[in-house]
Amino acid sequence: MNGPHDMGGQHGFGPVLNGAPNEPLFHAPWERRALGLTLAMGATGQWNIDQSRSARESLPPATYLASSYYRIWILGLEHLLRQRGLVSAAELTAGHAIDPALPVARVLRAETVAPALARGTPTARAAVAPARFGLGQRVRALNRHPSAHTRLPRYVRGHAGVVTLVHGTHVFADRHAASDPGQPFDEAPTWLYSVVFAGEDLWGVDAEPNTCISVDAWEPCLEAAT
Amino acid sequence: MGPYTESMSTGHTHPHDQADSHSELSEMDRRVRALETLLTEKGYVDPAAIERLIETYESEVGPHNGASVVARAWLDAAFRQHLEKDATAAIAAMGFGGRQGEHMVAVFNTTTEHHLVVCTLCSCYPWPVLGLPPVWYKSAPYRSRAVAAPRAVLADFGVALPASTTVRVWDSTAEIRYLVVPQRPVGTDGFSQAQLAALVTRDSMIGTGLALSPAAP
Repeated sequence: MNGPHDMGGQHGFGPVLNGAPNEPLFHAPWERRALGLTLAMGATGQWNIDQSRSARESLPPATYLASSYYRIWILGLEHLLRQRGLVSAAELTAGHAIDPALPVARVLRAETVAPALARGTPTARAAVAPARFGLGQRVRALNRHPSAHTRLPRYVRGHAGVVTLVHGTHVFADRHAASDPGQPFDEAPTWLYSVVFAGEDLWGVDAEPNTCISVDAWEPCLEAAT
Repeated sequence: MGPYTESMSTGHTHPHDQADSHSELSEMDRRVRALETLLTEKGYVDPAAIERLIETYESEVGPHNGASVVARAWLDAAFRQHLEKDATAAIAAMGFGGRQGEHMVAVFNTTTEHHLVVCTLCSCYPWPVLGLPPVWYKSAPYRSRAVAAPRAVLADFGVALPASTTVRVWDSTAEIRYLVVPQRPVGTDGFSQAQLAALVTRDSMIGTGLALSPAAP
């Protein structure tokens, strides 16, 4: 979706304020719990990471832009919990359980944290078709504007670049995010490439000299270019 | 002045916007406590697991992991080759991997090419080697400008590169995570891996900084 999260090339946010070298990871105790809660609920398997991203991106733009990072996480988490019926609005207001819990696939325990983090969630899958594009090939990012989740940022759409890495076949984020709740995730294994664009092709006369930008793009987001 | 300049520059309210900071702090403190209580009562989460998750990133996983990878790449040609060919396996051989580093690519700075990593869409970052991202990495100013004005962003960090050096920005738009291997500083001949690792900053592995020069004797 063309949401507020798709920030590449936007103006007006000011300079990067590089905090102290030893800036704390969390600026308030609630931020620590927000991280832990989000990861622990993710581990229940009721949604995937692309659905988490989609929930955050779907916040009203003014809310997204005016919220701190972990506030966005919490608002996205509350949305997913309510959407899937895991909690109700009344329970969120009360801060206590009112209705019986729904079954979840897993509950993360202290002793399963380390193995779960070590395992992670690899997205590489066996290829189901040959790759359409090869190293050094010129490709164009499709000019498409889906209203649902996509990982193709706006600033490359319609522009041509060169394939510099072929990553193999991976879970296709755009489809993964669209998986129906309660159904197995739609992984849609798809070829993934790094495509590099010249700065002047993306930004024209406003490009800085001698810069290029690489994005990772799935095959359905690309077409052959000359 | 609205909340915009401060809270958007950092992705976080700072003490000097007191009204905004305090109201969000108390609202969020209450809200997150209530949510944790609710989810715990439901049996969806275990507070001990939450504490363990937080501790992992507060005290175990951090840029010291990445620094040891970089220092070894500077010293050990075979390891460097492995890191170039299959960064995930090379990094796993040093004991690091897993969540948000399942698929790693290492990119190597040279005198002719400088790499810079960003995630314009969210905050993708190689957790196993760098830990959790700093606030500025997740902020609107960095996410918006790193792809359109990377040299200006580098200037915000006090880094000026010659025009002849290509700046290559990596936007982390899939599940591939990028680790920048900065150039080894001059004057480090004979340094041990531990001495070298001490020169490798977090920012130098994102590309917003360079490795430190050894202190003058």
